[in-house]
Amino acid sequence: MIGVLLRGVLAGSILSGTLLLYATLGEVIVERSGIVNLGLEGILLIGASVAFAIASVTGSAYLGVLAAAAAGGIAMLLFGYLVVGRRANQLATGLAMMFFGMGVSALVGKSFVGGVIAGLPKYRVPWLSYLPWVKGSTLFNWDILVYLAIPVAVLAWWLLFRTRWGLGVRAVGESPTAAFAAGRRPELLQYQALFLGGLLGGVAGAHLSVSLTMTWNEGMTSGRGFIAIALVIFSKWHPLRAIVGAIVFGGAEALQLQLQAQGAQVSPFLLDMLPYILTLAVLIAWGGARRSAAPAGLGRTFYGTE
Amino acid sequence: MSAGLSAAASVRRVISRAPLFLRYLFIIALALGIFALILVAAGKDPFKAYADTFAYTFGNVYGFSELIVRMIPLLLTAVAVAFPARIGMINVGGEGQLYMGAWLASGGALALSGFPAWALLPLMTLLGFIGGAVWAAIPGILRAKKVVNETIATLLLNYVAPMIISYFVFGPWRGVESSSYPQSPAFSDGARLPSFFNTRIHVGLLFALVSLLAYWAIVEKTRWGVQMRAIGGNPEAAERLGIPLVLYMVIVMAIGGGVAGLAGMGEVSAIQGRLRQGLSPGYGFTGFLIAWLAGGNPLGILLMTFLFAVITSVGDILQITQGLPYSVVNILMAVILFVVLGRRSVRRASR
Amino acid sequence: MIWIESLLPMSTETGTLLIEARGIVKRYATVLANDHVDFALRGGEVHALLGENGAGKSTLSRILYGFTQPDAGEILVAGRLAPLRSPHDARALGIGMVFQNFTLIPALSVLENIALFLTNLPPVVRRGDISRRIRRLAGRFGLSVEPSALVRQLSVGDQQKVEILKLLLADARVLILDEPTKVLAPHEVEELFGVFRTLKNEGYAILFITHKLREVLASADRITVMRQGRIAGTRARGEADESALVSLMFGGQADQIPGSGSADTTGGARAAAHTGAALLELRGAGTRAAGSETALRDIDLAVHEGEIVGVAGVSGNGQKELGDLILGLRSARRGSKILHGEDASRWSIGRVRKSGVAFVPEDPLSMAAVPGMSVRENLALGTGRRYARGVTVDWRLLESTMVGSFRRFGFPVPALHAPIRSLSGGNLQRAVIAREMAHDPRLIIALYPTRGLDVMSAVAVRRLLGAVRDSGTGVLLISEDLEELFEMSDRLLVMYGGAIAGEFARGKWSADVVGHLMTGSGRPDGKAEA
Repeated sequence: MIGVLLRGVLAGSILSGTLLLYATLGEVIVERSGIVNLGLEGILLIGASVAFAIASVTGSAYLGVLAAAAAGGIAMLLFGYLVVGRRANQLATGLAMMFFGMGVSALVGKSFVGGVIAGLPKYRVPWLSYLPWVKGSTLFNWDILVYLAIPVAVLAWWLLFRTRWGLGVRAVGESPTAAFAAGRRPELLQYQALFLGGLLGGVAGAHLSVSLTMTWNEGMTSGRGFIAIALVIFSKWHPLRAIVGAIVFGGAEALQLQLQAQGAQVSPFLLDMLPYILTLAVLIAWGGARRSAAPAGLGRTFYGTE
Repeated sequence: MSAGLSAAASVRRVISRAPLFLRYLFIIALALGIFALILVAAGKDPFKAYADTFAYTFGNVYGFSELIVRMIPLLLTAVAVAFPARIGMINVGGEGQLYMGAWLASGGALALSGFPAWALLPLMTLLGFIGGAVWAAIPGILRAKKVVNETIATLLLNYVAPMIISYFVFGPWRGVESSSYPQSPAFSDGARLPSFFNTRIHVGLLFALVSLLAYWAIVEKTRWGVQMRAIGGNPEAAERLGIPLVLYMVIVMAIGGGVAGLAGMGEVSAIQGRLRQGLSPGYGFTGFLIAWLAGGNPLGILLMTFLFAVITSVGDILQITQGLPYSVVNILMAVILFVVLGRRSVRRASR
Repeated sequence: MIWIESLLPMSTETGTLLIEARGIVKRYATVLANDHVDFALRGGEVHALLGENGAGKSTLSRILYGFTQPDAGEILVAGRLAPLRSPHDARALGIGMVFQNFTLIPALSVLENIALFLTNLPPVVRRGDISRRIRRLAGRFGLSVEPSALVRQLSVGDQQKVEILKLLLADARVLILDEPTKVLAPHEVEELFGVFRTLKNEGYAILFITHKLREVLASADRITVMRQGRIAGTRARGEADESALVSLMFGGQADQIPGSGSADTTGGARAAAHTGAALLELRGAGTRAAGSETALRDIDLAVHEGEIVGVAGVSGNGQKELGDLILGLRSARRGSKILHGEDASRWSIGRVRKSGVAFVPEDPLSMAAVPGMSVRENLALGTGRRYARGVTVDWRLLESTMVGSFRRFGFPVPALHAPIRSLSGGNLQRAVIAREMAHDPRLIIALYPTRGLDVMSAVAVRRLLGAVRDSGTGVLLISEDLEELFEMSDRLLVMYGGAIAGEFARGKWSADVVGHLMTGSGRPDGKAEA
């Protein structure tokens, strides 16, 4: 029994974790450039609704994912215009983006509620997915976004830490004046980081609607955007650590589902709270230490006068 | 060509010099226009929606009264944001604090259902306040001790609170009447806040107006208000002059949360008459927007709340007459905020 | 990949005139920071720019780096007129500057910080190549740091090395350093001078700003002393000794400053020192320092009733930290703080103030006032419960008390309902003083109280400090103005590097000795540093 439970949790954590990972990676890049996007939840919703809508209309889930990425990117450019171009308050703008995303996704998804789509095709890993313990679960039988999740994380790491662009972005996030003194253009770099973050956020939302659940409901992301924001802190703004965080928090979600499926007596709502309480606990336990890992420029905005 | 440019520039100049009231009017008009465009793109008829809304809210007494009903929780959650904002704390947890106030007040209502109204209602009010206050004090303490930023903490707790409600409503407090729709048993009459005339406007309106007045009075007229504004204006100087920062941070957050808790108590006691899921269609967040747009000004809060109450009616109308989900009205709120944010001077330092 | 040394825009022959400044004038508001300054820097030399705070050294160096533009005068680089409009222009000509506050990004590694600064960085950063280049230069000039180390993990001395490497890798030939030894430990200072020697032998020119005499004499080939915006003199190594330099720095004969040499009886002095109980005592107090702060070391200090204890020293040697420690904003890591005979080490700021301690901070606008509030409301701050009347403030009582305070000191009474930021710097300082003094404090801690005040107001403040001292209040007067300190102090302490470098009873000090201690150079008779 435990084996089945374990397998279920593992399988579930990878599935749930994928979307968290993409969202976290996007937000890591954004925050590395010194900007907090509290409206990530809105971006996820936009991605989810657009993906589902396009998938329903065109019959291709892949097109849905691409459209979702584009929509996320565009939304983030709007965000960028406000916080970078007009120097608007990042917190208020982020919340406005959340509202915007909630509304736009409701509008876009309205006609498709209850619709059925084919979803992203799944690919089995040869012989690994036929192992006795693995067979019967979703392990090693995933859609392309799951397979790409870790490579994308590595790519994000490489981009931030091994390229000139990434160095510039990180410099802007630490100290725009230092970056400017070194001849970079902080605002351009921020726009680029925001766009990239939007692409990833859109993909995250898409995964939810066209792969995980294959439905659309209003507000279906249920606060995953905020969990991702906390995951960014948890993983110290590092793409590779985000992998661990995504799996752990995906696991918390999966655990809840599995326990329910196994008929456990714990109320599902208490289990639902797990990810958020866990996040808060982690922030409390390591918040101080983590804060020093934040990009310094972020501190000014996010942490105010601290 | 240059004549056109200078005309646009002079229009902008006139607008920026216009009194605040007119400026906001312009912003609202602009936002309504943008929203209308979005609706048209979605194949809907915005002008009919606007007209219907106007007719409903201003055309008949009951519609107008519903507007006031909507304003009650919004005023409270707006004060819940504005009060801590005066010392520089960002409380985005109005949603969760509302729920926890509702929860604790419901607990009182259910446990003491035999009590008469004159005893039970004040008690429930107190419980509502305490529920919200504790929920806000937690992030307050965390921030005061420099452990976690209060924005993130309040946001996370926003998601936990409704789950606590759900747990109770599905579990220990589940009413036996309807097993399909989880909710608590109906409250006794003694637990119901009275309403006025034939409308749903309830005593919570008094809480809201008193809170707003108290907010203004405390901040502007009392000696604690002087210290609060000092903290908000220059925390370092305030600390150096002996003002106990930690104490203020925790207490002010708690009071803010308590006020939001009152909103929750009002919802369960007057409107719902029981505890169930989905109490709040985002009152906490809308309150944040209101407080932010009003800049903490009490009169502004009153006006903005009225405005947003009208906007939420637009949402209702869209749902009823045009088949759009209520949530679409969030776009309008967002656009208003975008316009305001976009118009602020670029020179203003971002916080 | 082969790194090709870029063609250098300047000759590196030793002795060539690399930079020449002529007739530089720079005025800031009321201050003439640079008054027709002529300056020359040659290749292959270590040149020190010496002077007190406010002498104009920083201004001159910033002009040479293009960070600021002079109001008049010209700069020639390698004989050609060079209007340095920005640091970019300066860097293009091979001039680099290391500021007191490093422009490094602490969270990035040494390699990344340097790479960021390079103008020819490829899209994919070749970490190996850059790392090799860093090691090569580091080895050549004695600037060894680990390229992969994060800057914030490095000691301040190593961070400075990174700043220098940054400039070297970007092909600078002239290095300007602003107070480079301020944050270094003695052995790090030695290391730095070793680096200077190696660099100058390869033809680089080093210009460093300082107020520390000893180091200048140990390392500089030429020394230029500035005082009050002008060049007081330039000496080559061997041409000057400590006393001569102190004379140049502080101006003329030592005994021109009152209070030096024998005991005197100017207005501010007391005929017989008769002080009462100890109001404040610090015993062996030490604090921790973060970043650019100065750690206090083993502070033994006492202020008694009826005395003014002056603290001389160049700002940045621990004065702010001392004030914060006494206030209670900062706690001592070791040692104790005793107020009015009680152990006050753990007292809250409110309690300290309530016990009758008044503070006049060094930057009143940011430390003692809330810009958005009115004058009246600001006057109510820090007064505890004195003016509490129920839930409100007893404005009438507050106003009358405060106005009385203003009048007592002869200060003009400001418009009470005006926003406090409408007050000029001097008026704000006066308001803070009036507020602090309004309740007859027993102990006054004043940091640079007359800074920014006009002569009349400064005299008034000094007179009031003398008057309260006469009536039994104790005063700790931290100041950079030696004249003021000599006039006012009953006892004089000198702070240097976070510790008390010397203590003098009235009449036992001289500008010469104090000047030496302030600049960390010990006594003129060659005795060891205090």
